[in-house]
Parts: sequence; C-alpha cells; structure tokens
Amino acid sequence: MGNGTGRGRPPGRMAAVVGAGMLTAGLVTACGSDQGITLNLYYAPEDTFQKVVDNCNAQAAGRYRIVYNKLQRGADDQRLQMARRLAAGDKGLDILGLDVTWVPEFAEAGWAEEWTGANKAQAEAGVLPGPLATATWNDKLYAATKNTNVQLLWYDDRITPQAPATWDQMVGESEQLKAAGKPHNILFTGAQYEGLVVIYNTLVASAGGHILSEDGKSVVMDQGAVQALEILKRVTSSGITDPSLTNQKEDDVRQAFQRGNGAFELNWPFVYASYADEQPKDLAHFKWSTYPSVQPGVPAKTTIGGYDLAVSTTSQHKPEAFEAALCLRNRDNQKFSAVKDGVPPSLESLYTDNTPLDPAKPVDADNNPSMATAYPMRDTILAALKDAAVRPLTPAYQSLSTVISKVLSPPSKIDPQKTADELRSKLTDALNSKGVIP
Amino acid sequence: MSTVEDVSATPRQTTARSGKPALSEGKRAERRLGWLLCAPAAIVMVAVTAYPIVYSVWLSLQRYDLRFPQDTEFVGLANYAAVLSDSYWWTAFATTMVITVISVAVELVLGMLLALIMHRTLVGRGLVRTVSLIPYGIVTVVAAFSWYYAWTPDTGYLANTLAGNSAPLTQYIPSLAIIILAEVWKTTPFMALLLMAGLALVPDDLLKAAAMDGANAWQRFIKVMVPVMKPAILVALLFRTLDAFRIFDNIYVLTSGQNNTSSVSMQTYNNLIKGLNLGIGSTMSVLIFITVAIIAFIFIKLFGTAAPGSDQGGKR
Repeated sequence: MGNGTGRGRPPGRMAAVVGAGMLTAGLVTACGSDQGITLNLYYAPEDTFQKVVDNCNAQAAGRYRIVYNKLQRGADDQRLQMARRLAAGDKGLDILGLDVTWVPEFAEAGWAEEWTGANKAQAEAGVLPGPLATATWNDKLYAATKNTNVQLLWYDDRITPQAPATWDQMVGESEQLKAAGKPHNILFTGAQYEGLVVIYNTLVASAGGHILSEDGKSVVMDQGAVQALEILKRVTSSGITDPSLTNQKEDDVRQAFQRGNGAFELNWPFVYASYADEQPKDLAHFKWSTYPSVQPGVPAKTTIGGYDLAVSTTSQHKPEAFEAALCLRNRDNQKFSAVKDGVPPSLESLYTDNTPLDPAKPVDADNNPSMATAYPMRDTILAALKDAAVRPLTPAYQSLSTVISKVLSPPSKIDPQKTADELRSKLTDALNSKGVIP
Repeated sequence: MSTVEDVSATPRQTTARSGKPALSEGKRAERRLGWLLCAPAAIVMVAVTAYPIVYSVWLSLQRYDLRFPQDTEFVGLANYAAVLSDSYWWTAFATTMVITVISVAVELVLGMLLALIMHRTLVGRGLVRTVSLIPYGIVTVVAAFSWYYAWTPDTGYLANTLAGNSAPLTQYIPSLAIIILAEVWKTTPFMALLLMAGLALVPDDLLKAAAMDGANAWQRFIKVMVPVMKPAILVALLFRTLDAFRIFDNIYVLTSGQNNTSSVSMQTYNNLIKGLNLGIGSTMSVLIFITVAIIAFIFIKLFGTAAPGSDQGGKR
C-alpha cells in the first residue's frame, strides 16, 4: 500500500517508510501483544448497542477490547457480508450477530464454533425454550441468544373492541366491517420475501403441521401445512386485504395501519413505539393480543425472530470471544437493549422484572424506563414466546425461504393441494442444493 | 465480448503475414519485442478474465454448496440438466428476452429521433445534447429508486395520477412495463449518442443530391441515411442488446424479481451469491455467457455488424 510510489524521489520513499511503519504498528496492535486483544463484533445496527459494548469493555478491564462493526440494515446483506468473509477465511471476525434463521447454516458450513462446558451452561441458563432452539443445530449449541422477538395481533378498540380469538372470527369480523363501510383490512407482510414465510410458518405451526421433518433433512408438508395454505388463500382472495398487500413489508404494514387502512395488523412489537411517537393521542386505543388461533381452543404458535451471538471459527481469540459474547447478552445488557432499543429479551426472568434501569431512582417512562413502561404488552409477548414456533431449522433455510415466498406469491393465487405439492418438490430440491431458487 | 481479429494491420505487418519466410534479423527482433511488450497485458487479461471463466466452468460441473462443504462432489453435467429443466430458469429467460427485445426496439426508434434532433439543432446545440444525456449520467440504482417511489401508491406521483388505487409494481404486466420504461428512459441517450456518430457519417452532398432528384424527407432517410449509417446502427443495437440482456439493477430495485419479473442475472445472483450455491450459480453464469456469445455471433455473422476495432464497415 504505502510503498507503491516507486519513483525514487525522497518524499515518496519517506511516505512509503512511514506508511509501512504505520501498517506494521497496526498489525502489532491487532495481534495484541501489549495492548490487549481486539475482538471484532459484526452485528446489525442497533441504536444503543455501542453502550452495551462499552459496558463489556469496561468489565473486561483491558484484557480485551470489543470493536462494534456495524453490518448493513438489511438482513440479507448482513448474512452475505459475513458469509463472504468467512468463506474466504477472514481471521478478523470474532463475534457474529446471527439472525435466528442462520445458525444451522453457519454451523454446518463450519463458520460458527460450538459452545461447550461452562460457556454453554451460562448461555443456556434462564433462556426461553423457543429462542434457545434457534441457537441449536444437531443437538449442539452454536450461539448464545441475544434477543428474541415475536409478532402480535394489533387492533384499534374503537373499531373492534375485542381481539378475535381465531382466524375464522377475524375474517368474519373483517367482512362485516367491510359491509358496514368501516376500516376492515387484515394487514400483514404479503410481499414476496421472508415476511410472508413468517406468516405462513405461524399458520402451519398453529394448525399443528410441519414443513420439514424434525431433523431438517426432509420435506413433510402435512395436512397442517395444507390447511395453512387454505387460510392464506381465503384471507387474501376475499377483498379484506390492502391493495398493496403483495408489496408490503413490516414498515409498510405499520404505516398502512396508522393511516387507518386496516382493522387488524399482524406485526412485531416495534409498531407500538412508532405508534406512540407518531400518534400519541390515539395510543390508548391501540391494543394487542396474541395471534388468533387456527384450531379453536388451541393457542396459536407464533414464529419467533431475534438475534443470536456466535463465535467465528476463524477467530484468533476464541476464549475471549466466548466471554465477550456472554457479556454482550447478559441479564443487565439484555434489559438495557430491551428498554432502550425495543428488542425483547430472551431471558425469561426479565419479563417479570420491575426495577427500572437505574434502580436507585423512581421509574420514569422517558428517563428511567423499566420493562413495564417499555413493554406494556410484555405478558402477551411472554405468553406468545412460551408457546412459540421456530422456523424450519436447516442449513438451507435461505433457499427454502426464497422458494416458499416465491411459490406463495401472490397468496390470492394459491391452490392449496397443488401449491403444497409444488412446495414439496421444490423444497426437496433446495434441500439437496439441486434446484434453482427463483 | 465480441473480440474479432484485428485485420486493420499496418502495411508492414501485412507483408509479414503474407507468408514469406524471409524475415530479417531485425524484423524478428522487432517481433520478439512486440510479444514482450504485449505479454504483461496478455497475462493480466488471462488472470482477470480467462481464469474466472475457466474456474466457473469447473465449478458448474460440481455440486458445490458453501453450506454443505462436505458434500462437494463432481457431478458432470447434472447442474446443467437441473437448470435447463427448471421452469424458474425459463421464466426468467423469457422475461429477460421480452425486456431485451422490447426495450431495444423502443430505444432504437426514440434514439434515432433524438439523434436527428440533436444533429439538426441549430440553437443551443450543446445544451440540447447535455440535457438529453442526463438520464444516462444518473446512476441506474438511483434512477430505479426514483421510479420505484414514483410508482408506489401514496408516495408516488405517477401511481397516484395514473394507476388509480392499484399498485402497479405488484402486477406482472404493469411491473414489466415499468421495468422496460425505466430501461428505455435510462439508455435511450446512449443509443442516441451512438446513432448521432453514425449520422455524422452521412455526407451532406448525398442528401442534397437526393433532394435534387426529388426524394422527400422520408425517402432520404430510408434510402440514403439508413444505408450509410448501417454499421453505426448495428453496433448500437449489438451494444444495447448485450447490455439489456444482462439487466439487473432496475429489476433488483423495482420488484426484486417478484411476480415473475426476475431476469437471468437476478436469478444467478440469487443462487450464486445469496444462495451460496456455487455449482448451480456458476452453471447459470456459464449459460448467460454462452447466450451473450450467441447473440454477439448472430449480430456479427448474420447482420454483419462491424465489430469494435474493425474498420471493415460490416462487409465481413
């Protein structure tokens, strides 16, 4: 780099020497002979996460220093950046922020280190079973859960005073509202992408069905999976969804509801904070409930999201990386992220925690929030998390998701049995890295 | 792309090429020097283009999925069979072809009009040319985003005024039309630029003579200008066809390939980069490479396009 001038003029040579010197100095620091170890954390952008990193650096007392490398905003881009680096054997990665659907893929590709012994025990302690399942592959633990997430049903109690208990009820109410000329749409992520797969996965799990076998090696697509297709078809072909349904992602859905374009919204809890920000006057009417169920009397199983922290197999400082990862998601830091950044914790005990961030001072929603002020819906979230659905665990999830969203798009064109057969054959190909993904 | 042997040689080389064995010592030394001087460029070319192409052909013969590294094996032509028997691939191929043919045809007509206007403009010629070139100067992704927002209900002026209450980017035909529109808007100036260079080839005397003979404007255009411009027109068509066939960014932004609007490049990206499936993805890249080569071959052999670097004027 620095010695590329090559003209032989003294200033150039000087610059080369200085440049080379700086480069070497940088390398020495990175190797951490005297200055302590640098751990590179690759994680999605999260507004206040630097504070968590700072906490852990303070706690490490100079033994290591975590550097927070912000990944892109889009989940696909995050995955790609890490996968490319890891495939090329980049030794500069230590801690990886993985979306819950990527853990089997990174484990199988040999990019994520297995968690064992005391680290494993600590990573598993007090974690809700759903989130924990997302960090596991082939009965081994490959990541520590950082946060989880679960969708809820949101509604306006001026339009529908009670949340519908089943999908049938929800569709019925929506049709009645439509007949009465009131806001009636059922809003959800219907674009051809992961969001549609999340809805479908929830419906399949709630109907007691399976897309893949337990070990993730073969395609099942049983009766429950077909029933889920029927529901999706019915909801989207009876004029009770937004005209932009097939272009709507999470934030479009949120905006459509806030504009008064719907009676029901199926979405992540972030919509509550946005609603509070943008329409504080109506906030009292913005209500939530767990997803409506598919089978009357059997609670819905809602698909969970969130992030896990893994240690890269290319890391040069694995013991420190495990320790740092554990710190980044410990109880205090999870609570901090939960109330400051709106990411629900994966530790069960935090849902009943009543102390504010600064226990010495009184609770204050703006300056000293507690779980109760930040998550008025925390009981509902916990209820959904306790009986949650996990997306199919397989290293080929990315291909599966692309294929499912393609075959289900647009949902109004679904022909349940035929679509199920198509999914079965296309997904089998995808699992064997044979088929083409659209 | 279309590399054609350089036959516009200097007279000296022509003599050497005519096969006379009597090369003087000096000539031979000169030749050696020539090879030596070419060598670095040739080596770089081999390293940056030939090697990746050969490597992707090699990858296309394997089951090679980064997610299942232990399952890597040589599978012969199985990947080709998988891709060529897949409906997704052929849908994407057909979509790409439709976009290519329609957009290039529209661009040719519009580009010719624009070229004639730019060629004939007397007042503010510089300004007219600059203004018409602006779309070509805008980064495609940026332009695609403005089209995207313009056609999204609520935020978009075009969607609100022209599409009523519907979302055109969620339907097959409208989204395809919008993709083609974005392509045409973006690259017509390029077409016009190439055609304008061709217009400069048409001697004024020829046009005046034709006018004297009583040819009207349309006859002068068809019988005089177009034949003289033929090499320029065909080069413009070839360039744009190859370019249009590789369409990626407009689709990526406008629809991300939804509603069957995925192009072959988009699908290759999904399999190779997003899907980490190097085998299938490389197979698709090789197929695109072959298709592009065929298109170039057809243009050069059948239509006699003058290849860049050749001054044969299409008389091959």
